Amino acid sequence: MHPSNDSYSADAARPDAAFPGGPRTDRITGLPTGSAPIVAGGPIVAFDNVSKNWGENQVLKALNFNVNPGEKVSIIGPSGSGKTTILRILMTLESPTDGQVHVDGDVLWNVKHGDKIRETKVMRATRRKIGMVFQGFNLFPHMTALENIIEAPVHVLGMNKAEARDRAAELLQLVGLGAHMNHTPPQLSGGQQQRVAIARALAMRPKVLLFDEPTSALDPELIGEVLNVIRNLANSTDMTMLMVTHEMRFAEEISDRVVMFDHGSAVEGGPPEQIFKNPQEERTRAFLQAVLKH
Amino acid sequence: MIWDNAFAISIIPMLLKGLWVTIQLTLLGTLIAAVLGLVAAVIRRLNIPVLSPLVSFMVIFIRGTPLLIQAYVAFFVLPIYGISFNAFTTGVVIIGINYSAYMAEVYRSGIQGVPAGQWEAATALSLPPVRTWCRVILPQAVRTVIPMLGNYLIQMFKDSAVLSAITVVELMATAQSIGTSTYRYLEPLTMAGALFLLVSYPASRLVNKMERRYAPKQ
Repeated sequence: MHPSNDSYSADAARPDAAFPGGPRTDRITGLPTGSAPIVAGGPIVAFDNVSKNWGENQVLKALNFNVNPGEKVSIIGPSGSGKTTILRILMTLESPTDGQVHVDGDVLWNVKHGDKIRETKVMRATRRKIGMVFQGFNLFPHMTALENIIEAPVHVLGMNKAEARDRAAELLQLVGLGAHMNHTPPQLSGGQQQRVAIARALAMRPKVLLFDEPTSALDPELIGEVLNVIRNLANSTDMTMLMVTHEMRFAEEISDRVVMFDHGSAVEGGPPEQIFKNPQEERTRAFLQAVLKH
Repeated sequence: MIWDNAFAISIIPMLLKGLWVTIQLTLLGTLIAAVLGLVAAVIRRLNIPVLSPLVSFMVIFIRGTPLLIQAYVAFFVLPIYGISFNAFTTGVVIIGINYSAYMAEVYRSGIQGVPAGQWEAATALSLPPVRTWCRVILPQAVRTVIPMLGNYLIQMFKDSAVLSAITVVELMATAQSIGTSTYRYLEPLTMAGALFLLVSYPASRLVNKMERRYAPKQ
């Protein structure tokens, strides 16, 4: 359908056969395509000494953590290790207690201990570069799939409705739900809902897309269809992807880097082969042994 | 006292006129209550300094005092300060404001019932607050409380009889005045009661139906 896409040639070896319409990187992310990742400009996500406390409980401990543009990073670790908190701070659903977070060179958070948390203009602008896919889908149940997707492009980006609809239809096609655009979430299975949610996040052309345990709420037989969509996305876009997951094999397959978290800090990180085949830290070994046993 | 059929039939037109006033009171009062209650619920949730506590206080105040006293004050005391309307208008406004306090609580429960994930999705999509409220939160919140609002409408329909005390000539006042002028209370009061039932029973059946229809989905 799109046989010639010059800018994509660098990635031609990637398995994108599952994408019926071809790779079309730029149309998904709205970013210039090229041989990803472009690291020259420094990290796209940067946590500097970020702490998060819930009362006595320190969820994140002076965390330093960077993600490079285009990188696909999976965060693994036991529950309560602070992995989801990282995503929630990035999406401004939670505020850090202390520290700085930069996204694409802009300040998202700059908090000192005891500061009163306020939403700033810069924060709102920066937030638009980030999208999120939730564990519980969080689609708007009273709107159709299409309406869910065009809501933000029309009312946040100011896109005209016809254009937004076309794009939404395209995105639904991309996640294999072209025939379901007029269904409401209660009429869709969990896997279908999550795929709509992914399309909805993509419609905002985020530079960074966050996945918070995207398959944890799904029945086992529906996990595959969602993982396929994420896999295709990972293989065909320059978009930065940050994923918290318990799907170890999937993380191993799609990630450029896997980071192991425990007790609010990164224990170790590296290419998936290293983390899964040859972990350096005892805690990583213990965790992987526990989760891969069954 | 023995039931006089001919007398009972003769007063039907008067009673129906009274019933019509009661229905008007109820519909207009519900309209005021539904709108004011929603505004109050949203203001309380927004935590605006001064304004939100003030609205909370008013809700507590209105819920904590009898409708009859509120109606008396509005009709007999406020005119001393130059605020005066006819009995019907005063009645509609007072019962509307009174019920808005209860409906504010109903809306509040509806708003609270919207899952946190809906707010989070709105944030993740950078939807502006007004859009989040009007397009995401309120449609879901209001939908779930529609049957409860319906119940309040039926309750208001019956409560509006209280407004006979401030000379609104609704169904109750009509029955009463027939009684005082003819010294026969059995027929007018019985038939007024029957008319209340005749309207409120089908209405509550309708609300039951709505309860099933608007039960939370997903």
